[in-house]
Amino acid sequence: MTVPKIRLQHVRKQFGDNVVLGDVSLDIMPGESVVIIGGSGSGKSVTLKCILGLLTPDSGSIEIDGQSVVGIGDHEREAINAKIGMLFQAAALFDSLAVWENVAFGLIEGQGMPRADARVIAMEKLAQVGLTEEIGLMAPADLSGGMRKRVGLARAIAIEPEILFFDEPTTGIDPIMGDIINELIVDCTRAIGATGLTITHDLASARKISDRIAMLYKGELVWVGPTSEIDETDNAVVQQFINGRADGPIELEVRPL
Amino acid sequence: MNAIQSIGRLFLSFLELVGEVAVFSAVAISHCLRPPFYFRLIGRQMLEIGYYSLPVVGLTTLFAGMVLALQSYTGFARNSVGAEGAIAEIVVLSITRELGPVLAGLMVAARVGSSIAAEIGTMRVTEQIDALVTLSTNPFKYLVAPRMIAGVATLPLLILIGDIIGVFGGYIVAIYKLSFNPALYLRNSWDSLFAEDVITGLVKAAVFGLIVTLMGCYQGYHSRGGAQGVGAATINAVVTASILILILNYLISAMFFGV
Repeated sequence: MTVPKIRLQHVRKQFGDNVVLGDVSLDIMPGESVVIIGGSGSGKSVTLKCILGLLTPDSGSIEIDGQSVVGIGDHEREAINAKIGMLFQAAALFDSLAVWENVAFGLIEGQGMPRADARVIAMEKLAQVGLTEEIGLMAPADLSGGMRKRVGLARAIAIEPEILFFDEPTTGIDPIMGDIINELIVDCTRAIGATGLTITHDLASARKISDRIAMLYKGELVWVGPTSEIDETDNAVVQQFINGRADGPIELEVRPL
Repeated sequence: MNAIQSIGRLFLSFLELVGEVAVFSAVAISHCLRPPFYFRLIGRQMLEIGYYSLPVVGLTTLFAGMVLALQSYTGFARNSVGAEGAIAEIVVLSITRELGPVLAGLMVAARVGSSIAAEIGTMRVTEQIDALVTLSTNPFKYLVAPRMIAGVATLPLLILIGDIIGVFGGYIVAIYKLSFNPALYLRNSWDSLFAEDVITGLVKAAVFGLIVTLMGCYQGYHSRGGAQGVGAATINAVVTASILILILNYLISAMFFGV
């Protein structure tokens, strides 16, 4: 039986009295692309941060390639993270470094590759996401939002990771650029044969890049299934979310006018 | 809530903060002592902390030395003779033992501590520190250790130069305003100075370098809540470093010169 690339079992995380993740269990198989959808504050980012080791769950287990990653030491975490590429919501590019140095960062600092060799690979990855060498020499502050996302994607794939995480990849950019980013995500993930986990509330993006979709609501996965079946589900929460209706079981905390 | 509960809560919060700073310091110092070392980053930080702080430290100590000579002379002129030797001694001892390290430490806390807190704080709120972790790079090793190593290594050199400039400031006032004999003033300055005075100043400098960079890194690393959080971290870095510099200055002086 194939070991899941990522396995979450009964993961719980709360901040003070606020239970963000109640009981989350999810298996992601090698080569699969799973998208977790859900509204703001539903616990999507916390799930991702728990897997990445940026937060520690209060209980439950998280495994990557069958190895438990909760509470492991710095060196073990670095070894696990060497398998992972991550595209952050606002790209999280290092301001003090040129664009190509951002892309090459994991190769130089993580793998100890000589700068000259890493630069060649960085320029190749930038070309893969449609950016020129001139852009590679610029500072991140000089780039548009879409360009920053593409640089972030180039940085994520530069080390050819086994797992790619995408945090709201299309948030804050126009629909056309969003579609370009989605296509790049699909192409780049396929090109390196990586397993993908994306969190988003953009349904168009979710449909385009996922094999399966999981819906997170109030810290629980209320529905998990193939992307092709999401429209047919009778789950009221999913239906309200994908159709963008104000009425339904999802209650937003808004004060009446 | 009654007053005793409030005081108790405040005290517990203070203890929690002290514990957090102690753990942060221990982890940071351990990363300063263990390879790998990012020599390029250390070099860059030495330039930032030392070289670029030279003008402000130089000006501060220059005018401190000048005003010290002037005020000492004014005080001595009222009721004593032979001020020439005493003023040289006062300037050189005050600058090397106290004013040089303290003024330079405070200036570096304002210039460098705030800059470190703002930079690391911005990296925190824009997820750049999280990005470092996902790129298999330890933020303590990459961000904190180079700044601390550079601070400890650079401040003694910076303060040594500041001392020389401060003593020179006293010399300018003594010679050109108070019309002292230059050769005599220099000889008196030299005769008043012992290795212990300079060493004390350099020890203080190294400790202040550690405090300034540590507070900047700690406050920046724990900043929260966007631009406002970064602003608060910057203020806290400067205030805590300044207070600690003044307290530690007394303790180190008491240790070296205590009676």
